[in-house]
Amino acid sequence: MCEEMKLFKQGAEAKLFVCNYLGKPTLVKERFKKHYRHPALDENITKERIKNEARSIVRCKAVGVKTPSLYLVDFERRRIYMQHFEISITVKDFIIQIKKGESGDSDASLDSLARKIGETVRKLHESNIIHGDLTSSNMLLVPKNPSPNDANWTQQDIELVMIDFGLSRSDSNAEDMGVDLYVLERAIISTHNDCPNLFTQVLDAYSNIKSKKKSFNIKEVLNKFEEVRARGRKRTMVG
Amino acid sequence: MVVAIGFEGSANKLGVGIIRDGEILANCRRTFITPPGEGFLPRETAEHHRQNIHEVLKEALDQSGLKPEELDVVCYTKGPGMGAPLSVCAIVARTCALLWNKPILGVNHCIGHIEMGRLITKANNPTVLYVSGGNTQIIAYSRRRYRIFGETIDIAVGNCLDRFARVLKLSNAPSPGYNIEQMAKSGKKYLHLPYCVKGMDVSFSGILSYMEDKIDDLLKDYTPEDLCYSLQETVFAMLVEITERAMAHCASDEVLIVGGVGCNERLQEMMGVMCEERGAKIFATDERFCIDNGVMIAYAGALAYASGTRMEFEDATITQRYRTDDVLVTWRND
Repeated sequence: MCEEMKLFKQGAEAKLFVCNYLGKPTLVKERFKKHYRHPALDENITKERIKNEARSIVRCKAVGVKTPSLYLVDFERRRIYMQHFEISITVKDFIIQIKKGESGDSDASLDSLARKIGETVRKLHESNIIHGDLTSSNMLLVPKNPSPNDANWTQQDIELVMIDFGLSRSDSNAEDMGVDLYVLERAIISTHNDCPNLFTQVLDAYSNIKSKKKSFNIKEVLNKFEEVRARGRKRTMVG
Repeated sequence: MVVAIGFEGSANKLGVGIIRDGEILANCRRTFITPPGEGFLPRETAEHHRQNIHEVLKEALDQSGLKPEELDVVCYTKGPGMGAPLSVCAIVARTCALLWNKPILGVNHCIGHIEMGRLITKANNPTVLYVSGGNTQIIAYSRRRYRIFGETIDIAVGNCLDRFARVLKLSNAPSPGYNIEQMAKSGKKYLHLPYCVKGMDVSFSGILSYMEDKIDDLLKDYTPEDLCYSLQETVFAMLVEITERAMAHCASDEVLIVGGVGCNERLQEMMGVMCEERGAKIFATDERFCIDNGVMIAYAGALAYASGTRMEFEDATITQRYRTDDVLVTWRND
């Protein structure tokens, strides 16, 4: 299918290979066997996640959230083939770069990034897509018009691409959306503890964009989010 | 050189420990054990601590061979935990501090576990899985705080196991989790249970309700051993998965397991396989240090004391809610 697969990255649950599939730069995500867990459980989880990922990618396409295009699903070999963005940076690395002060106006870059994230997550939720694992590592930035020499990420027109839909689900209940936001908040606080306002800005953007879907009850989602937050923070921890 | 005594009583374990410069001089403990099918309640637990604390304290001092005047600081668990048992230890600690004329220092229970684990295993900068009856957290150090990367969004894993032990009416001696572990060893038939991972967070309440609701039907097709086995396999797989996720996220290659559930050998084994597969190292301790004890409070207190942390006597209170990331880590500079 593809002649040569090069190991690109090993994540927590999958190996990523790059190759050339039908003439396109392709990323192959292989959810390798996890020997620590029961084989039946492993099989179940893996199938479930491959299905989730493929489904959500297609749904995202339909509602205009950018993700890698899906090329092929191979259950037998536990693989998904998808579009590989050769020029990209994770939001996590991007923020770290900004914070190092390697680019000019860091506040403005963070503002616009936060807005992009908030709006994108809102769009997902309005389309009843729960990502399930929102972190800054699961968001990529890619240039709108890729050119080979692109040292400076802040200068150009960039797009936010959502990846890693293995834990995603299609659901319309506010509780799940609340948890999704909570997971994102926790990820941002723990990873980017030098950007204390980042999540607030993301949440502002999430709450304030003009809704495309009238029936979307933003108040209910935000209330649920507060509820989930309270569950975590105020829980007494005994033992 | 700091010589510290630590009082721990945030849950059903009562412990007094003494440490001198990382050398453990005494580690004494009593556990409040309830009848099968029952959990421990704050009032009765506090009563147990009240009745035993003098004896444990005396035992610890005898074991260490030290006199009170040789101590530098009196440490106690400030929180998190159950209010009533916590205050028993706090009162005794305050009394000792005044009697012996020594400074007092309140310690965060979770930090105690982490630092004790690091001391015993010599892990340098590990990703920490803290699992006990009241806590389930994935923790990593960054910029002078132990930051919580993932945690349970409802009940703790130990609470899930303990309550399932109650459903089966297993004995609470030495601990319900230990009995589940032993039964699971002879379980054969695997039952698919809800599996609930949300990013780096987990949820256990759904699994417990599922088991509680269906227990009568389940026992027709599965033995209690099978159910213990399936429950352990499922919840531990969730824990190992979020730990691996956090390791990938923080680019870490060390894991330290602490807390009462941390001495479960099946959990350690599963974590070990995961570590081996990604070229990482696993660190774990045995029941002497995994399960709540006084030494860990003494040690964490000694570290803080040596790096200049002090507490006014008026502030020597307790709190049921005390997050791991609330503590400024004054003793680490990395």
